[in-house]
Amino acid sequence: MKLNKKVLGLIVLGGLAVSGNSWSGTASALDLANSCAGCHGVDGNSVGPATPTLAGISSEYFTEAMENYKDPEGRYSTIMSRIAKGYTEEEIKLMAGYFAKQKMIRQDQSFDAKQAKAGKKLHKKYCEKCHEDGGRSSEDDAGILAGQWMEYLHFTMDDFTSGKREMTKKMKKKVQKMEKDKGAKAMTQLIHYYGSQK
Amino acid sequence: MSGISRRNFIQITGGAAAVSTMGFSNILLAGKSAGHVVIIGGGVGGATAARYIKRADPAVQVTIVEPNANYFTCFMSNEVISGERSLDSIKFGYKNLESMGIKIVQDYASNIDAKKKHVVTKKSGNIAYDRCIVSPGVDFKWETIEGFDAEVAATKIPHAWKAGPQTALLHKQLQAMKDGGTVIIAPPPNPFRCPPGPYERACQIAHYLKHNKPKSKILILDAKDKFSKQGLFTQGWKKHYGYGTDNSLIEWVKGAEGGIIEGVNAKTNTVIGSVDEYKADVINVIPAQKAGKIAFNAGLVNDKGWCPVNQQTFESTKHKDVYVIGDSSVASPLPKSGYSANSEAKVCAAAVVASLHGKPAGIPTLVNTCYSLITPDDGISVAMVYNFDGKKIQKVKGSGGLTPMDSSEAMRKREARYAHSWFNNITSDIFGG
Repeated sequence: MKLNKKVLGLIVLGGLAVSGNSWSGTASALDLANSCAGCHGVDGNSVGPATPTLAGISSEYFTEAMENYKDPEGRYSTIMSRIAKGYTEEEIKLMAGYFAKQKMIRQDQSFDAKQAKAGKKLHKKYCEKCHEDGGRSSEDDAGILAGQWMEYLHFTMDDFTSGKREMTKKMKKKVQKMEKDKGAKAMTQLIHYYGSQK
Repeated sequence: MSGISRRNFIQITGGAAAVSTMGFSNILLAGKSAGHVVIIGGGVGGATAARYIKRADPAVQVTIVEPNANYFTCFMSNEVISGERSLDSIKFGYKNLESMGIKIVQDYASNIDAKKKHVVTKKSGNIAYDRCIVSPGVDFKWETIEGFDAEVAATKIPHAWKAGPQTALLHKQLQAMKDGGTVIIAPPPNPFRCPPGPYERACQIAHYLKHNKPKSKILILDAKDKFSKQGLFTQGWKKHYGYGTDNSLIEWVKGAEGGIIEGVNAKTNTVIGSVDEYKADVINVIPAQKAGKIAFNAGLVNDKGWCPVNQQTFESTKHKDVYVIGDSSVASPLPKSGYSANSEAKVCAAAVVASLHGKPAGIPTLVNTCYSLITPDDGISVAMVYNFDGKKIQKVKGSGGLTPMDSSEAMRKREARYAHSWFNNITSDIFGG
């Protein structure tokens, strides 16, 4: 390739102009999402046993979770509140878009078939209205429950029921009703149901 | 960029006026093949870089030169020492990388000819590259401790700071030790691989002793006066191991108070400190560190023994088209950790692929998360998010930090579970599967 300096200068400058004011700019969605893989698995598919899978969750759910972690009065966590504070609104949006596009891989988990069967009934009665398709759906900002890591679901539900994490009014009503009707074992049964799904 | 030097390139870019020439930049793309990337070292940095180059562009040919058939992760190796997990559980091979089309050359890379653009190997001759990524991990400054060398470490006084046979040896020595014995751990001066590692090791060994040989004692002879996660470790030692009492399983001697060691005597199992001599039953000396040997052979190091890099791309500032990632590189403020190496490798892989396609490097984004286990149910962590300010990597203000000192037992238990999940996820990110 024979080029004189002048032409080359234009070409090179073109490259720089593309990245523009890169240092006030934002990393790509892919690069941002890749940096999460160390804990949340490749493309957000965690191999467990406790860190949740992010693949397939709705962009709204992801964004809300991250913004909540950033809020000092927001969502209760071990480490995510420290990490979420490292990202701008725009970066969170990019990550959210990336993970929403990934396909969730449901890993094998050890569950109790009897409990899972009981959980299936409970799900239909108390949860299905919002967590559609047996908890597989991520529509209407619902977190994906089916195939999510059971330990994570235990942590999350503990936080909800102990009041450390705020439930929506609808959810609170249903959870309280389920507990009143069926007792404390109901939650474990539900979680076994979600863990049983492939 | 045939025909112009790097210096001219900078002058040209600096001098020209801003004109949008999207179309022109494609001229540089034309005629370039995907290229060949040779990676030296199949550890955390090297294996991650290989996988992420293939993920970004399967047409790029990737070769890893690594002398060992398997890699043992340094992270979680303290659990092998205490007997909480098996050595096999931290052992990883390269089958999954090979199935992605990554070529593994089981050989020792002894040098790089940056002018001729090839890697010199012991048995496989010279391997030509378009881009070379160097990820050799750390090497030890044996000369800083009299009577200590690779042979002594392999047989009598393991450093166990590269996981594998020495991890197994240290575990065996602890098992063979009588109740009432003394274990010495001698952490190195800064900078070194895995800053919280020696103190987590003390926790893991203390956990083993507490349940198996409770009359025993750990003496930490530290080259430093303070250490990573010190507040949290000290709190954990007090809570679980009697630290600060007469019956403490752990005693820590800081550098300024005689912790610095000058030599070892492998025959008498003695550590020679700057003030006292200490006899022990099991000795774990972790020597001062520097970049891996290849970095010295290839002229990639600065006068401190580490490899300076362009922190946007991890390209060496010493040699063009040679990149250095992981413990050997100067990536500060990132610590020398497994997660850092994994994160750096992704930034480097993206920059290398961009460069092979004649495109500018993207904007780096990096994370570090380090878990330490005080007991199998008591985990602590430090985390940080990093970005790039145009010249170097910087911490994102307001992000990261340590597990709060007042976090509940339940939260510490969660962190322990997340630590094990982290291990599973990061190793499958690095080695596939």
